[in-house]
Amino acid sequence: MDIVDLGRLQFAITTIFHFVFVPISIGLSLLVAIMETMYVVKKNDLYKKMAKFWGTFLLINFAVGIVTGIMQEFQFGMNWSDFSRFVGDVFGTPLAIEALLAFFLESTFIGLWVFGWDRLSKGVHLACIWLVSIGTILSALWILAANSFMQQPVGFAINNGRAEMVDFFALLTNGQLLYEFPHTIFAAFATGAFLVAGISAWKLLKKQDVTFFVQSFKISIVVALISSLAIAQFGHGQAQYLVATQPMKMAASEGLWETSSDPAPWTVFATIDPEKQENGFEIKIPYLLSVLTYNSLSGSVPGMLELQAEYEKTYGPGNYIPPVRTTFWSFRIMVAGGSAMILLALYGAYLTFRKKLEQPNKRFMQLMVAGISLPFIANSAGWIMTEVGRQPWTVFGLLRVEDSVSPSISTGAVWFSLIAFTTIYLILLCLLAYLFARVAKKGPDMDSHEEVEDLQLKDPFDRVRSERYGA
Amino acid sequence: MELNELWFLLIAVLFTGFFFLEGFDFGVGMATRLLSRNDLQTRVLINTIGPFWDANEVWLITAAGAMFAAFPEWYSTMFSGYYLVLTLILLALIGRGVAFEFRGKGKGEAWKKTWDAAILIGSFVPPMLFGMIFASMVKGVPIDQNMEMTAGFSDIVNGYSLWAGVTVTGLCLLHGLNFISLRTVGELREKSRVLAAKLLPMQAVLMAVLVGWTFMVTDLFERQGVLLTAAVLLGIVAFVLARHYLRQGREGWAFGMTGTMILLTFVSMFIGLFPRVMVSTIDSAFDLTLYNAASSPYTLKAMTIVAAVLLPFVLAYQAWSYFVFHKRVTEKDHLEY
Repeated sequence: MDIVDLGRLQFAITTIFHFVFVPISIGLSLLVAIMETMYVVKKNDLYKKMAKFWGTFLLINFAVGIVTGIMQEFQFGMNWSDFSRFVGDVFGTPLAIEALLAFFLESTFIGLWVFGWDRLSKGVHLACIWLVSIGTILSALWILAANSFMQQPVGFAINNGRAEMVDFFALLTNGQLLYEFPHTIFAAFATGAFLVAGISAWKLLKKQDVTFFVQSFKISIVVALISSLAIAQFGHGQAQYLVATQPMKMAASEGLWETSSDPAPWTVFATIDPEKQENGFEIKIPYLLSVLTYNSLSGSVPGMLELQAEYEKTYGPGNYIPPVRTTFWSFRIMVAGGSAMILLALYGAYLTFRKKLEQPNKRFMQLMVAGISLPFIANSAGWIMTEVGRQPWTVFGLLRVEDSVSPSISTGAVWFSLIAFTTIYLILLCLLAYLFARVAKKGPDMDSHEEVEDLQLKDPFDRVRSERYGA
Repeated sequence: MELNELWFLLIAVLFTGFFFLEGFDFGVGMATRLLSRNDLQTRVLINTIGPFWDANEVWLITAAGAMFAAFPEWYSTMFSGYYLVLTLILLALIGRGVAFEFRGKGKGEAWKKTWDAAILIGSFVPPMLFGMIFASMVKGVPIDQNMEMTAGFSDIVNGYSLWAGVTVTGLCLLHGLNFISLRTVGELREKSRVLAAKLLPMQAVLMAVLVGWTFMVTDLFERQGVLLTAAVLLGIVAFVLARHYLRQGREGWAFGMTGTMILLTFVSMFIGLFPRVMVSTIDSAFDLTLYNAASSPYTLKAMTIVAAVLLPFVLAYQAWSYFVFHKRVTEKDHLEY
């Protein structure tokens, strides 16, 4: 593998891992904020216990999210210095604002929230968790503003051999961002909501702390339902927008080599042959692609071969078709995952509404536990589709991946970092799962910190010393 | 003041702020092994920085983000040039960050021992390596006409940079010990103060040699002789006062003095670099400066407005969080970590 492939692999791995933790943080901080709000409004200690219990998951996850996030920021300069030189003038700004506006906010106020239960008034303490939640959301907004620039560059001019920003607000009103941000943020809310709902379902199956987990399930299933419907809505809008602005990505997602017939059918399944640039076996639903794309029973969608010819005219010779199989299947996995989330959330909300949670349908609750994994699968698949579908570009139409890499780094160095980061991320993922399971098993009534043996009582000298020096 | 200069100043402030703040929590991480006799004491020590370490680390992230936005060439050259060193720093920071959170949530002795090791290594490695990075940066590294840094092993790892690494690490340890004596009671408070007093003369030697070495191998004193000499004199005053305050047991002031030492060290470095941001050993024409490495005037202006609006809030709420947790941490408190 050469330096470009290695850099891409490292970026893919670290980003996918990072995006396991990030949506948990975004989703859980919102849920914890809602729970604490209910505690302050209803003055019922059950909700305080909920905020604390689910807050423990948030904290375990938050630490991992932050440390893997530093890696994300450093990686642009470390592995992709020519990219950073070329777009830094535009791209660096949202990153800097993300740190200044969002990272400081979330990191300071999560500290105040965790350690401030006894030191802050109820209202101020509640404000802290909301500020954490707002911080996580703002962070998503700015990093996605940067990402949207890579998908659809706006507000820049090419001067001095690089992209320079000429319109700051264009970055924020980028059409791509207006779909990508709500789509992603609701996906993050859903991730947190399905985690809480899934763990609650598991505890309900075991009939432990029933009141507590019924209430947790209720809150999370409402968030899950609203979010998964919103994801679908904004995802649909985004796909329509993509046909207009990044038709190649959409054509690859649909496995569409030739421009479709009019009306266009939707391909459910296809065996794709990128060598011959055609599909073998296909299952198609007539009209559906036209309906999805244009909200109408007619209209054809441009295919990859036509777009390839068009791009060659605009950008010069080269291969502008992204890896079709990956794009096609990641799109389908994302859609399937999202649809399953909607179905689970709908049925869960129905059970809640019918007050059937205390004696739940066993099979459904088991599905909810398994459903914890759905947002992660859909999130990763969605990002793979977005990023792989942009190939061969780093910044669409401006900079290719092979021109983005750092010229001065060695393959050996990247091999080292790739192996080290992958190993450590795998370990972190296992630890996270282990700790989540442990906290869940202990339930809301246990202090998450292991009961420490009171050494002072065992060792008389210690007791004397602590009396002498004591507070 | 030109915007390029303003952003150089801001990045200098962010890095200096990072070493001042994360400096003491690195120090606390290192000191855990030296001071703590049992698990409860270790927890007290970690809890002294519990509410803060996260936000302190964001100073580094913001410094890097500001570099990316204001001086993309500097960010690109430095981050790709120091690839392996930064990889090691990241690994250390990852281990350390999760260690604080994970340590108390697992089971058994081995679990805790593992995370204690991660805290120790993670607190020791970053200041050491950052010291080496900045020392080699002021000494100069091979940077070609395309702004590509092609450093060999000895450009980054040499006597001077190692010495600087140890000095910065020592400063952090000292700063952390003063923080501990400011934030704890009883035995820990006493022990950390005694240890700080013991380490102070050693740190003075480290620092003095570093200053002399810098005088010999870099052009910093040639360029900014007056200012740097003033900084050295102030540094001497800080050491003398730190000794005085440590003897008197005035912990806040002693902490202020180690903080001053950190400020002087990094401020001097940035003053000596100015108006360069990276020094090329190949040809001074290839130096990166705050002009040839900068973003466009438009971007700098946009960033200036954003920073002017946001920074006051950031500084205010961070200061407030230190105020909220100003009480000393005791073994009888509810310990979160």
